[in-house]
Amino acid sequence: MSVRPEDLLHPRPEGLYCPPGNFFIDPLQPVGRALVTHAHSDHARPGHGAVLATRETLDIMAIRLGADFCGTRQIAPYGETIVEGGVAIRFEPAGHVLGSAQILLEWRGCRIVVSGDYKRQADPTTPAFAPISCDVFVTEATFGLPVFRHPDPAAEIAKLLASLRRFPERAHLVGAYSLGKAQRVIRLIRDAGYDAPIHLHGALEKVTRYYTERGIPLGDLRPATGAARADLAGALVLCPPASLADLWSRRFPDPVTAVASGWMRIKARARQNGAELPLVISDHADWPDLTATLPQTGAGQIWVTHGQEDALVHWCQAGGWAARPLRLVGYGDEDAGGAA
Amino acid sequence: MRAFAELIDRLAFEPRRNAKLALMTDYFRATPDPDRGYALAALCGALDFPAAKPALLKALIAERADPVLFALAYDYVGDLSETIALMWPAQPAEAETGRLGAIVAALGETHRAALPARIAAWLDALDEQGRWALLKLMTGGLRIGVSAALARQAVAALGGVAAAEVEEVWHAIAPPYPALFAWLEGRGPRPDAADALTFRAPMLAHPLDEAELAALDPADFIAEWKWDGIRVQAAARPGETRLFSRSGDEITAAFPDLAAGLGFDGVIDGELVVIHDETVAPFSAVQQRLNRKQVGARLLAAFPAHLIAYDLLFAGGEDLRALPLLARRARLEALVTAAGTARLRLSPLIPFADWPELAARRADSAADPAIEGVMLKRRDSPYLAGRPWGPWFKWKRAPDLVDCVLMYAQRGHGKRSSFYSDFTFGVWDGERLVPVGKAYFGFTDAELAELDQFVRRNTINRFGPVREVAHGAGGGLVLEIAYEGLQVSTRHRSGIAMRFPRIHRIRWDKPAAEADRIETLRERLGAAPPPSRRTVPARDDGG
Ligand SMILES: [Zn+2]
Repeated sequence: MSVRPEDLLHPRPEGLYCPPGNFFIDPLQPVGRALVTHAHSDHARPGHGAVLATRETLDIMAIRLGADFCGTRQIAPYGETIVEGGVAIRFEPAGHVLGSAQILLEWRGCRIVVSGDYKRQADPTTPAFAPISCDVFVTEATFGLPVFRHPDPAAEIAKLLASLRRFPERAHLVGAYSLGKAQRVIRLIRDAGYDAPIHLHGALEKVTRYYTERGIPLGDLRPATGAARADLAGALVLCPPASLADLWSRRFPDPVTAVASGWMRIKARARQNGAELPLVISDHADWPDLTATLPQTGAGQIWVTHGQEDALVHWCQAGGWAARPLRLVGYGDEDAGGAA
Repeated sequence: MRAFAELIDRLAFEPRRNAKLALMTDYFRATPDPDRGYALAALCGALDFPAAKPALLKALIAERADPVLFALAYDYVGDLSETIALMWPAQPAEAETGRLGAIVAALGETHRAALPARIAAWLDALDEQGRWALLKLMTGGLRIGVSAALARQAVAALGGVAAAEVEEVWHAIAPPYPALFAWLEGRGPRPDAADALTFRAPMLAHPLDEAELAALDPADFIAEWKWDGIRVQAAARPGETRLFSRSGDEITAAFPDLAAGLGFDGVIDGELVVIHDETVAPFSAVQQRLNRKQVGARLLAAFPAHLIAYDLLFAGGEDLRALPLLARRARLEALVTAAGTARLRLSPLIPFADWPELAARRADSAADPAIEGVMLKRRDSPYLAGRPWGPWFKWKRAPDLVDCVLMYAQRGHGKRSSFYSDFTFGVWDGERLVPVGKAYFGFTDAELAELDQFVRRNTINRFGPVREVAHGAGGGLVLEIAYEGLQVSTRHRSGIAMRFPRIHRIRWDKPAAEADRIETLRERLGAAPPPSRRTVPARDDGG
């Protein structure tokens, strides 16, 4: 390798910056040119001059932020190489949410992969992550502690359906983050054989409709608002986690509150979210998947963007890798409400 | 083991009291002896496995996990059992671990040297939920928002009897309580409590409202010092003594010196204190003896426990509770004299002719840090369980103490930077706690370490460096706060600010539900309640 990786990519207050290409990846503040890994609001912020992202990411940003969320936009199809200032850019699936990508940068023989958020568990709502060989792998560490081992999501869904059978007169409110988690949970529920209507909080409707338009069948979906109180007894209702605690949730008769999130593994976190039925379903890599993925990239250096970076950096260093935390401030905020 | 693990896992997430009761009653109905008895004992905190200490568990996980990763994970999770349960290396297939009863029996019988391997084998065989349940069971203190009283209420429902009936026989029975279940299921007689040294519900005093003093005739009352120790009930007969706290928890094991030194036959109500050179030591001395599982000879010599007796409920098998106070006291005096031991003292009476004279003596007692004030008791009062209004009053000296509940903690600075040493506390406002102040000092280094442990184990929420600590009627730590005056404050939601608040003592023994109310502070301030208060829906924090 003739160049230092820091010459290709390094952290600045606005986010990760690529000097030869003159662009940022997932910038935290408005910049001239941005590459966006996925449409979660801590990664995809409004106000940039030009945005390069997958078609789905651009579409969802427009749905959530408004059609004028940036100046100009360009679609980066998975697997195609786009050259900017001599830097070859390639988007590849990250398996996190619909449209999510890891971004490969290659410049003068140096390859850096920025993972954005990613997971390794199977997810029928988004193409799967595959490791890309590189010199530097820039990883998230949302669940970067060995206590995080996500169980089989089908088993978690089975708990939800068992509770529905046990309490057929109680509405089941499932708090799930509005982009990705909610649609994946619906798909998992359908795969478990539940085909009754599922009611949606208004905040979930647009993105969910977009998923179905992109060819992901989610079955009979109905708005929760406007349904008669009596019809909601025994109903399955999805809403953003924050809505579980607000006035909105009081319309349901004697509800069971479930929360679908990787944080539900920690009892104190589950109780803090008001979860009576914690469902450990996450769109992020857990500890075994993080520690399995890093060697698969063949990277000699690991940079950790956000999450529990201290533990992951320690694990890398103990295994002989050069690793460092980037200490970027501002990611993961959206996950604090249970998005993960 | 699986049924027990499922039970406590569901209890931990169930916020509704009635649903908790139903879960427990269903479990007791569906589970055979002795498993259900050990489960009941675990829920009531009545199991103790002295060999299965946190140090042993930490050593087990240290053989299986990187110590730095474990430390980071423990700091994040905040609960040792949960951290180990989640981090324990997953085994390819679950094996059978045996029933709860068999595990409890094995824990009691396994030789200390063989215990680590035995526990590791169980942890290997269990799934996460099972590991968590086993570790909670071994280390005690399930912390799942279920009090011992609630568990006993659930078992009472099994037989359709009142909870008080189970309470009455509780200290006459031992895990796994076969006689209790036989009785509740109509297969056997009620366990005989008369023949056992059991706890009797104590009589409690009301705080004295000084305005009401004029309506009371001093000739109807006796006065005693209100000692700053712990209220205990000592039940004894030849060769056996049991000590109970005010809430009915048995504390005999913590005070072997006192239990061995009381030669009487009956049930005494009194104050447990430390006496040095014929002087009652301040509460901090008694505190050295609390919450210790092991009581060494040095501790016993440095802080000798004594009992200041102020009432006699039973003499031998004779129930004296219906007799007037003075008649009981005469029997008590005779009993203390006959016992002839320095460990057992008679609570002295304070002579007074009228209220001003008693008020003066009460004021003079400020010189003695072991005295909190005076007690007033009607001469003719029978001993009545609960807190009847009228017969007994407590007239605390210092009005500048208030019992608060710990709500939030923050790491300190400098040498305290690794400890949670800045404490925010609140008092009850209706069903909710409202913060009234912050304290940074008033505790020893040893107490700080204990507070820090409490904060870490009871964290329910984190905001940057601040931890929210479990606080609610079902669980929470009471801090007795001393202060130098109250001021109206617009900055605090309570509308009240304290000057120089400090932790006067840590009330490990006091239920959070009995902490003071905001009305108490408002009365002291002489302030009207603020014109409008935000109401926030209360959420059961699960204790
Ligand atoms: Zn994301």
